[in-house]
Amino acid sequence: GHAPWLGVAMAVNSVHWFRKGLRLHDNPVLQEALDGADGARCVYILDPWFAGAANVGINRWRFLLEALEDLDSSLKKLKSRLFVIRGQPTDVFPRLFKEWEVTRLTFEYDPEPYGKERDGAIIKMAQEFGVETIVRNAHTLYDLDRIIEANNNSPPLTFKRFQAIVSRLELPRRPLPPISQQQMDRCRTNIADNHNQQYSIPSLEELGFRTEGLPPAVWHGGESEALDRLNKHLDKKVWVANFEPPRVNTCSLYASPTGLSPYLRFGCLSCRVLYYNLRELYMKLRKRCSPPLSLFGQLLWREFFYTAATNNPNFDRMEANPICVQIPWDQNPEALAKWAEGRTGFPWIDAIMTQLRQEGWIHHLARHAVACFLTRGDLWISWESGMKVFEELLLDADWSVNAGSWMWLSCSAFFQQFFHCYCPVGFGRRTDPSGDYIRRYIPMLKDYPDRYIYEPWNAPQSVQKAANCVVGVDYPKPMINHAEGSRLNIERMKQVYQQLSHYRGLSLLASVPTIQEEAEPPMTDESLSGSGPGRRKHKSKILIFRWMM
Amino acid sequence: MKRIKGGEEDGHGPPSGSPPEACKKVRTQASEESEAAGASDAPVSDWARLPQELLLHIFQYLPLLDRAYASQVGRRWNQTFHMPELWRCFEFELNQPASSYLKATHPDLIKQIIKRHSNHLQYVSFKVDSSTESAEAACDILSQLVNCSLKTLGLISTARPSFMEVPKSHFISALTVVFVNSKSLSSLKIDDTPVDDPSLKVLVANNSDTLKLLKMSSCPHVSPAGILCVADQCHGLRELALNYHLLSDELLLALSSEKHVHLEHLRIDVVSENPGQHFHTIKRSSWDAMVRHSPKFNLVMYFFLYEDEFGPFFNEEVPVTHLYFGRSVSKEVLGRVGLHCPRLVELVVCANGLRPLDEELIRIAKHCTQLSAIGLGECEVSCSAFVEFVKMCGRRLSQLSIMEEVLIPDNKYSLDEIHWEVSKHLGRVWFPDMMPTWVPFCDQWRSSIPWKKQAAPWLHQKGACTSGLT
Repeated sequence: GHAPWLGVAMAVNSVHWFRKGLRLHDNPVLQEALDGADGARCVYILDPWFAGAANVGINRWRFLLEALEDLDSSLKKLKSRLFVIRGQPTDVFPRLFKEWEVTRLTFEYDPEPYGKERDGAIIKMAQEFGVETIVRNAHTLYDLDRIIEANNNSPPLTFKRFQAIVSRLELPRRPLPPISQQQMDRCRTNIADNHNQQYSIPSLEELGFRTEGLPPAVWHGGESEALDRLNKHLDKKVWVANFEPPRVNTCSLYASPTGLSPYLRFGCLSCRVLYYNLRELYMKLRKRCSPPLSLFGQLLWREFFYTAATNNPNFDRMEANPICVQIPWDQNPEALAKWAEGRTGFPWIDAIMTQLRQEGWIHHLARHAVACFLTRGDLWISWESGMKVFEELLLDADWSVNAGSWMWLSCSAFFQQFFHCYCPVGFGRRTDPSGDYIRRYIPMLKDYPDRYIYEPWNAPQSVQKAANCVVGVDYPKPMINHAEGSRLNIERMKQVYQQLSHYRGLSLLASVPTIQEEAEPPMTDESLSGSGPGRRKHKSKILIFRWMM
Repeated sequence: MKRIKGGEEDGHGPPSGSPPEACKKVRTQASEESEAAGASDAPVSDWARLPQELLLHIFQYLPLLDRAYASQVGRRWNQTFHMPELWRCFEFELNQPASSYLKATHPDLIKQIIKRHSNHLQYVSFKVDSSTESAEAACDILSQLVNCSLKTLGLISTARPSFMEVPKSHFISALTVVFVNSKSLSSLKIDDTPVDDPSLKVLVANNSDTLKLLKMSSCPHVSPAGILCVADQCHGLRELALNYHLLSDELLLALSSEKHVHLEHLRIDVVSENPGQHFHTIKRSSWDAMVRHSPKFNLVMYFFLYEDEFGPFFNEEVPVTHLYFGRSVSKEVLGRVGLHCPRLVELVVCANGLRPLDEELIRIAKHCTQLSAIGLGECEVSCSAFVEFVKMCGRRLSQLSIMEEVLIPDNKYSLDEIHWEVSKHLGRVWFPDMMPTWVPFCDQWRSSIPWKKQAAPWLHQKGACTSGLT
């Protein structure tokens, strides 16, 4: 439809749509929203009705709401405001386009498949309203399509290959400075008197959460917090670089006041700002030309998974996902619940899941431990279930990074060396011999001596009683025998990988020698002649029945 | 997937068979028909008249579902569909929607196979999920295979071992049906099942001449005497998999007796039920007898023990070729491995703990001259020692899977340099394995800034918390 307000010499009224990219620094598309505009408004759209249904826990909502408060506060300083609109984008935008006589819509490019689909629909709708749409990439360091193109039109599936491709590209675009007062002054933002009623940021209670007794947030959302942390983070690096590099120690299991991952995920911190700050710090300290790629290791991992996922709408599931090995995971809701709620009877696992639920962040080695325990290490439950729990609880779980990491750790994609198994007792003990991490997150075990705190079920009754925590009564018995479980699971993984060895190359343990003849697997009623991990579904069960007659 | 050679469902290339003759036959037949019918071309009728051998040949390429569709074309094609050759192999997939994501073989299909094709079945396996119902369904099917003369039987649990939940008598009686009727079983996989000594006796009584492969790891109801009976009678046995508690000197001697063929693969799982469990020892002389009798045999050993349970192992020479440590194993034990495992081909260490394995690895490189594959998980090795190890092994190392965190940079090499050195000695490009570091910027920043090249003092401070950093 032709928008009635479009005529000659029309005013340029911009709407910038925040989704991720919750910041005013390095925000190229926001700059374009303001550039030459007569009026501009920044909006965030959320639907409180879906807050309960969405797989988003209280810590994630709280972080987001704090980030929105921070944006609003920064915009206030620039004599503007954040407009939080309740509803769904497809319903909200037609209304806004009319009410505000919008001529220009801007938003940051979202490379995730769901995001691309949603945005495609919005762009189309905007066109119908005669609204110009501007989209710019600022959530990833590079243009992901370029990386894919440089790799023969398919995303790199090994990190080394990814690094090789990236090393040949130009450096990421330099970050832009924050929106200035001047830029904002050139466009008016009409702020109604009832702005706080109409466009306010909802509270946790309004989203349906109960907040009595909610402990304070360990990670505070928002751009200001992000930039503050960035500075402290870089200070620390200088200190560290001049002395000894630390190994992973018990302190790093705890939330760091300079940790940045949740801020990157929500876009409170620009990845390019981080990239260039690291680069410049390195060059200052080392007086050399270019830093090795390993300096940006963690940023590149994020980029790697985004690239792998951007064209794969099935990236977050096993079925119909071309890169995912089809593994016959068990379905066991009871076992899954014990894991998710930190009631496995393995203090190391339970402490980690408790920290995750309480705070929204756990160290990457802790993630490896619980992911391995849930999937190929012990419980043999699908990585999709674990991914969903992380999505709910983990502040820095990007869709792409979360799904990709779970596939990696469960040996479903990208990685095949399934002999690496993290013992839920030994690995914890080696990471934190003092057991203090356990005592902190599972207080009922605090009086256990170091010797038994990782395996309280092995402590003599006298020790258990003295610690006031009897296994099977106060604290659960271990839900699985790890030796037996891992033995079984190694066999299962081997069964799966033996069938793939022709296509994937050998992985250790997959090719245990056996006599060839008479060991041929018979046919299933699915196709065996195709390669790759996919399995076809039964097209029609009725048909099978009929031909048999 | 391995295919049965000889034409069954080999998607990789032309199967053996005689296509040229069959084609000739079609051409002759077709030309005869067209002569008879006159000048009219009737291509449709050629399809219906394809000789059965050719149809069979084509059907062998098709997966079952496509064959089923094809069988509906007409009577001829339907007849071909039911030819015995197409029913030699079957894998029953038994899954419940509540316990598995995979779909199951249709129950009607199962009924029809039992009714029309059970006497054609020769290579059969059952894949069951973790529900008891699936395992019971497998037993029910087994019990009905009375006219079968199976060559291969495999009972495979894809998740938890559900055969162990089936009432023992039900399982045993089902299995016995197969043992008694088959009489020519060559390959039997019954790991994680409640098979017992008496049923093994039945197996032996009926199939001792033909049995070549027997896999029965984690079968708790079998005793050493039970398996000894198998070794004593089944002289054609070439591959055996069992748990360590079933292994005895007598068993090894039985397998090395003159009447016995060469054993090719022996797989032993050593699993600890409770911490502090005691394991018996096997005499060196028994192992020596095995090696003398079957000089090329592979001995695959999987250890799932606590660190302090390794006392009985690796004190004397043992002919292990493939060795896997599924839990943490001490430096000391790895040192013994270096001394006493001259036939070692593959070594995989899941975890060791934070003390560098420099000497142990070098000793292994020196004494295990057949070593061609090694995997290290949660271990530590200094870069120099690692380079030395690779240099000593050289190009025989076809598989080198080391997690990046295993390698400790030292005076001579940093992480960025090491992969060149190793690649050089291996003769191919090599990188350590990586795990995604999800979390940007925790306190670990090991590889990013190469520090001054000095021996790192913290290397010997296990678990030291440099609290000044946070």
